[in-house]
Amino acid sequence: MDYSIKIGGEAGQGIQTIGDTLARVFSKAGYYVFTHQDYESRIRGGHNFFQIRFSDKPVMASRDKIDILVALDKESIEQHEKELSEYGQIIYDSVTLKQQREKSYFLDIPFVNLAAEHGGNKIMANTVATGAVLGMLGMELDILLDIIKDTFKKKGEDIIKANINAAMAGHDYAVKECIKCSFSAAPISRPRMLIAGNDAIGLGAIASGCKFYAAYPMTPSTGIMEYVASKAKEYGIVIEQAEDEIAAINMTLGASFAGVRAMTGSSGGGFALMVEGLSLAAMTETPIVIALAQRPGPATGFPTRTEQAELQFALYTAHGEFPRVIFAPGTPEQAFYLTNKAFDIAEKYQIPVFILTDQYLADSQWTFDEFDSSKIKYTDYRLRGEAFEKLTEYKRHAFTDNGVSPLGVPGDAKHLVVTDSDEHDEEGHIVEDAETRIKMVNKRLFKKLPLIRKEIEPPSIYGHSNPEIVISGWGSTYGVMKEAVDELSANWDIAMLHFSEVYPLPSINKFNYLKILKDAKMTICIENNATGQFARLIRAETGYTFNRLINRFDGRPFTVESLIGEIDALIR
Amino acid sequence: MPSLDDYKGQNPAWCPGCGNFSILKTFKDAVVELGIEPHQFTIVSGIGQAGKFPHYLKCNTFNGLHGRTLPVATGIRLSNHDMLVIAVAGDGDCYGEGGNHLMHTMRRNINVKLFVHDNQIYGLTKGQASPTSMATDKGGPVTKNQPFGVLSAELNPMALAVALDCSFVARGFAGDAEHLKGLIKDAINHKGFTLVDILQPCVTFNKINTYEWYRQRVYHMEPEYNPEDRIEAFKKALEWGDRIPIGIIYKNNRPIFEERIPVIKDIPLVRQPFDIARIGNTLKEFY
Repeated sequence: MDYSIKIGGEAGQGIQTIGDTLARVFSKAGYYVFTHQDYESRIRGGHNFFQIRFSDKPVMASRDKIDILVALDKESIEQHEKELSEYGQIIYDSVTLKQQREKSYFLDIPFVNLAAEHGGNKIMANTVATGAVLGMLGMELDILLDIIKDTFKKKGEDIIKANINAAMAGHDYAVKECIKCSFSAAPISRPRMLIAGNDAIGLGAIASGCKFYAAYPMTPSTGIMEYVASKAKEYGIVIEQAEDEIAAINMTLGASFAGVRAMTGSSGGGFALMVEGLSLAAMTETPIVIALAQRPGPATGFPTRTEQAELQFALYTAHGEFPRVIFAPGTPEQAFYLTNKAFDIAEKYQIPVFILTDQYLADSQWTFDEFDSSKIKYTDYRLRGEAFEKLTEYKRHAFTDNGVSPLGVPGDAKHLVVTDSDEHDEEGHIVEDAETRIKMVNKRLFKKLPLIRKEIEPPSIYGHSNPEIVISGWGSTYGVMKEAVDELSANWDIAMLHFSEVYPLPSINKFNYLKILKDAKMTICIENNATGQFARLIRAETGYTFNRLINRFDGRPFTVESLIGEIDALIR
Repeated sequence: MPSLDDYKGQNPAWCPGCGNFSILKTFKDAVVELGIEPHQFTIVSGIGQAGKFPHYLKCNTFNGLHGRTLPVATGIRLSNHDMLVIAVAGDGDCYGEGGNHLMHTMRRNINVKLFVHDNQIYGLTKGQASPTSMATDKGGPVTKNQPFGVLSAELNPMALAVALDCSFVARGFAGDAEHLKGLIKDAINHKGFTLVDILQPCVTFNKINTYEWYRQRVYHMEPEYNPEDRIEAFKKALEWGDRIPIGIIYKNNRPIFEERIPVIKDIPLVRQPFDIARIGNTLKEFY
């Protein structure tokens, strides 16, 4: 089984509440779940949807065909009726939509009237709809009722009871009236973990001992800040909404200088304002982790949609030459572990490290068996307390064999911690001389770089071990490429080469991915941008040119069918 | 107890006669008299002649970017509120490039001590108008970059600060060291964000607002003046021209930002341990 459900309607109608709740029911029932959201940059109105795919086999991308469409407005029917699968059904409320639909795949469920009648308030229409979907699927209500009890815990028994009645009314109505429903979905295993990209980054930050997060809200990065904020009290984290992104990155650097692990996040436009601060981090060798959640530009672009067009920006932005690391997780699980690795590497080498995601990964939810907290690395590289005090001499930017100078915590010892955005000497004081300059560039850049490069893991390969066709990509396209390989493997010797640690580009010593590419008959680089930025990076760094590019730049993610169609057209 | 010898820093790269020398000497005297040791405080400075200040004494130093002293200082204070954090900036740095940060740092009332070396001109970039330069038609300069004169009205940092209910607002004069030393000490002892605007003659580029020009105008405020009366303070803040008041213009006892953040109420963030074992329970919330 492999079902897709789409909930469509205007902003403010509660699409996300229904979608989140259903996704939780399915993951708790042990299914593999994938959700993605498509929303407009507005608080009310417009057309938004929330799509859930769930299956007894792993799923990690959305399909075009839908089995159940919950249409909260007319627009949802007009836009998505054509996406219905062979046995698909559309549920709607003819009272709300003020129209009756005759075709056999429509099921009119009086969400509002049932809510008023059984829940005592028409506000519970969404609970009715949620119950109805479960009824259509032939699922029991026990999991949903537990979620309702948990969600409305603080609102009291009456509200809980009313919502339970509303859910049951929707469920019973659907069971009775949906004669053509042929779905079947009973709980299959123990609950699975359900998590979105943004939450996974926030979780990874907390698990890494992040104590300070300053940012300015910007879609689609805001969810990271919201998640960290939700844990601020429990974990003792200072979270500050800065007056602008310039302040955000400078506050973060101040916090890091003072001795705590610190992070900031934004999207392209906001990050553009942080760029000078990125250069400051490099010159002062202050560790920092930056989450950059991409959305389509230029300028304000599509505020709520997705694109992978800031790779080259993250790579080359900021004045001067200095080392940086860019991770581009392909799943929330990778986002969790890579955020941890980002904190470790940032502090170990005193450099800026990026977590580069996009709206698609930020907002989509995936299921996993578990995240293994024993894989989390936590080493405090700072020089504190007695260890700092007992030094006879201290120079913040001392020349060392590996280029990494001791990172003292100011105030912990009599030794002074001095740093400067100007070129400086070992003590951190301003200099003008050429000799020190050369030594400092050697220290900051050339000595650290080979060591940093060794930390970078090679790309993952999936599919045929000796492939004729290689599809390659980075970041959030991981899931959809993997599913495409699964389908195309029936007829082709095909494999996926996915990069989640994109810069510095992994060396070929551990795994010679260049040989895989060179040995293949056809290589295709798949990117959610117009120009093939990753393909360009590969060419610049290795000289290898992909045979073909597949680019999608309409602000929407690839779906399984659309990607397979494009690959198929190139290899046939 | 620290002595002046403990505070001997690098050799200043300022012009001979610069008002900054007096501020530097006065600042050292003030911290020595207060018994503060070099490792007990951090100076965050920006870019401009004032930005070099921390190198010319001894202290923890973050000499960052033009205009960005206050956010860095804020980050340090939020991570370690046992640390005395001082921000040093120039008028272009703090009132121009960093104007937005100044406004919001006053709102937060973070316990950072800001000293602005206000010479009403850009020194490091050689003589352009600053936000506090007087407009040309009000007696201000004509500069290379302002060929038609300074057309914008001059910024009044004192009035701005009183309007934003800044916790401590004062003006000093580099040519009146003893008085300035008192202000520096008062600012360090005040609990809350403090702005001390220091009139600092630029002997090279500002031929209008000279030592002589300031000396003819500055006066110590009357002993009966009450800096806790905000309306009176606003009137005082507007005085500029033939007579320029120096001293504490306004102060209040607003609670500081750091004390209002529950997670750092008792222990500074930097001293709080991290227990990785707790993440297990948080992971369960995703099932």
